[in-house]
Amino acid sequence: MNNTVLDAHNLKRVYDENTIPVYALNGVHLHIVRGEFTAIKGPSGSGKTTLLNMIGGLDEPTEGYVNINGTNITQLKGNKLINFRLNNIGFVFQSFNLIPVLTAKENIEFIMLLQKRPKAEREQRVKELLKEVGLADKAGKKPGELSGGQQQRVAVARALAPKPQFILADEPTANLDSVSAGNLLDMMAKLNREENMTFIFSTHDQRVIDRARRVITLEDGKIVNDTAPASLDHTLI
Amino acid sequence: MIAKLTWRNLWRNPRRTLITMTSVTFAVLLAILMQSFQKGVFDNLVKNVVSFYHGYIQVHKKGYWDEQVLDNSFQYDDSLVMKLSRNPEIKVLTPRIETFLLASVGNSTKGCMLVGTDPVKENLLTGLKDKIVKGRYFTDNEAAVLIAEGLAGRLKLTVQDTIILLGQGYHGAMAAGKYPVRGIIHFGSPALNDGLLYMPLAQAQFFLSAENMLTSLAVGIREPEKMTAIQQLLLSEMGKEYEVMNWKELMPDIANHIKADGSSFYIFTGVLYLIIAFGIFGTILMMTAERRYEFGMLVAIGMKKLSLGKILLFETLLITLLGVITGLLISLPFVLYFSRNPLRITGEIAEAYERFGFEALFPAAVDNSILIVQSLIVLIIAFLIGLYPLWHVGRINPMLAMKK
Ligand SMILES: Nc1ncnc2c1ncn2[C@@H]1O[C@H](COP(=O)(O)OP(=O)(O)OP(=O)(O)O)[C@@H](O)[C@H]1O
Ligand SMILES: [Mg+2]
Repeated sequence: MNNTVLDAHNLKRVYDENTIPVYALNGVHLHIVRGEFTAIKGPSGSGKTTLLNMIGGLDEPTEGYVNINGTNITQLKGNKLINFRLNNIGFVFQSFNLIPVLTAKENIEFIMLLQKRPKAEREQRVKELLKEVGLADKAGKKPGELSGGQQQRVAVARALAPKPQFILADEPTANLDSVSAGNLLDMMAKLNREENMTFIFSTHDQRVIDRARRVITLEDGKIVNDTAPASLDHTLI
Repeated sequence: MIAKLTWRNLWRNPRRTLITMTSVTFAVLLAILMQSFQKGVFDNLVKNVVSFYHGYIQVHKKGYWDEQVLDNSFQYDDSLVMKLSRNPEIKVLTPRIETFLLASVGNSTKGCMLVGTDPVKENLLTGLKDKIVKGRYFTDNEAAVLIAEGLAGRLKLTVQDTIILLGQGYHGAMAAGKYPVRGIIHFGSPALNDGLLYMPLAQAQFFLSAENMLTSLAVGIREPEKMTAIQQLLLSEMGKEYEVMNWKELMPDIANHIKADGSSFYIFTGVLYLIIAFGIFGTILMMTAERRYEFGMLVAIGMKKLSLGKILLFETLLITLLGVITGLLISLPFVLYFSRNPLRITGEIAEAYERFGFEALFPAAVDNSILIVQSLIVLIIAFLIGLYPLWHVGRINPMLAMKK
């Protein structure tokens, strides 16, 4: 059974091609199967954000391609690409993930609204998700009334809502204290275990890296190390 | 949800939204007041001008206006007039016979225009009775005249004196007669004040051997706005042997003069709207700059740019619409008040106005089309400005927008 959700081939991203070229990514191959819980680490400027943007369809590679669940997204443009992101990729950013004027419930519902899901289904799923991220009692609160950790949980719930192929999170804990960061990681790990949701996240934080089952190390736009614990054979290529 | 989002976004920066709304409100208020006063003053001016003498519309025999002689007169057809005066838009139809002749008292002789008219209908049309400064108004069929003040002065005559009239009647008949002066009338316009002489219609027709003939039928109408429509109607009802002219055609110089005066108002409102446009644009510019990251985030998670752009357009329109509605609501009582209680100026300017026969009044016109047009202009401006965020979002690159 083919469990591949993501296949990135020879990704290169060159900035300032005409002056002094910067290779933000320099030939990255990445293969992710369903159910992975993968951390991408590396020093500042090593290309983590660039790689996540590339596999999230937010940036185009100078060379190479990204294939998600059988679709070559590198060839998608405009609204097709936006629609693909909407239905296939969950995003959690470092901060300011949420629409400040909408409540937690509305923020989660918003993405399903973009998908034009029927009201009953939306209501049902929002309820489920709020419970899963442990914020059932905060449904009516606006982002400004939530702590940083709670906001990130809402963001995870929203990313989960459309049942994407995988969730991308660029330094999701960078703005959190260590307790909140730990809690967020616990929750993500639980979703990964119980729902088999695939997570790919970048981080600087050693404690976060310790929770990952596969750790990819980037340096100067290249993968220099890729570890997968032997116990998780389905993460092995 | 879109509506909810739009509405809540509006109040993210309540102060800025209120300032923008208030500026729109003031612009609409100012524009409406200005336009209403401009129109009110203009209408009043026209009302004054047409009540000097001409009326809003005149019917003549075709060709009379180009060659104003008695032989170009037409038969006073009762059935036709009855039919016309049943039109509820027509306030009064004043039949007149007009001709130039010589008037003399003692040794002095002056040229003047004799106006034979129906005393009651003339008064309804031009308020002639109120222009009497000495003596009294004439009655229906008395053999007497009213004489304009300037002409009386030049002939050195006063009430109860006798005036001798000499001229040519219908089809070259001789017209000569002696009439007592019943009253002296004052006209603001020097041209009228120096040359008019009034006589009851039947007397004048008899004097000119032109029984039942008219040179013009002056039409008083209830609503000046409908003048052109009524003119068209009369034209079709009267038929080809007649010409139907409105006051602008009768007095082209005055019409041109009043029109030219209106343009400065338009320039002023234009500048006003320009200022408002920049005000709204400034707000939108700040808003899009501040929310750049959020726009990037929304497009990243899967919101179509057009949907996002629409929300921003709605925000712009909504701010403006609220401002416009408030402006309308505030301006309405002002307009109504000043239409019923016109601004009245006093002092020298007022005297100058009155000397020329104008009321020194500045009323506001109550005109729905002013309210609608001004509101629409502002909304169209807002719509055009609202296209900017649409364009801005259209070009957004989520990755770059979210970069710190
Ligand atoms: N828009 C850009 N223009 C030019 N160079 C860029 C641009 N974006 C990124 N880079 C360069 O690409 C390289 C990789 O950047 P990237 O943001 O992917 O690193 P990162 O690993 O996410 O770093 P950090 O840990 O600081 O977030 C860096 O050298 C950076 O300067
Ligand atoms: Mg980064």
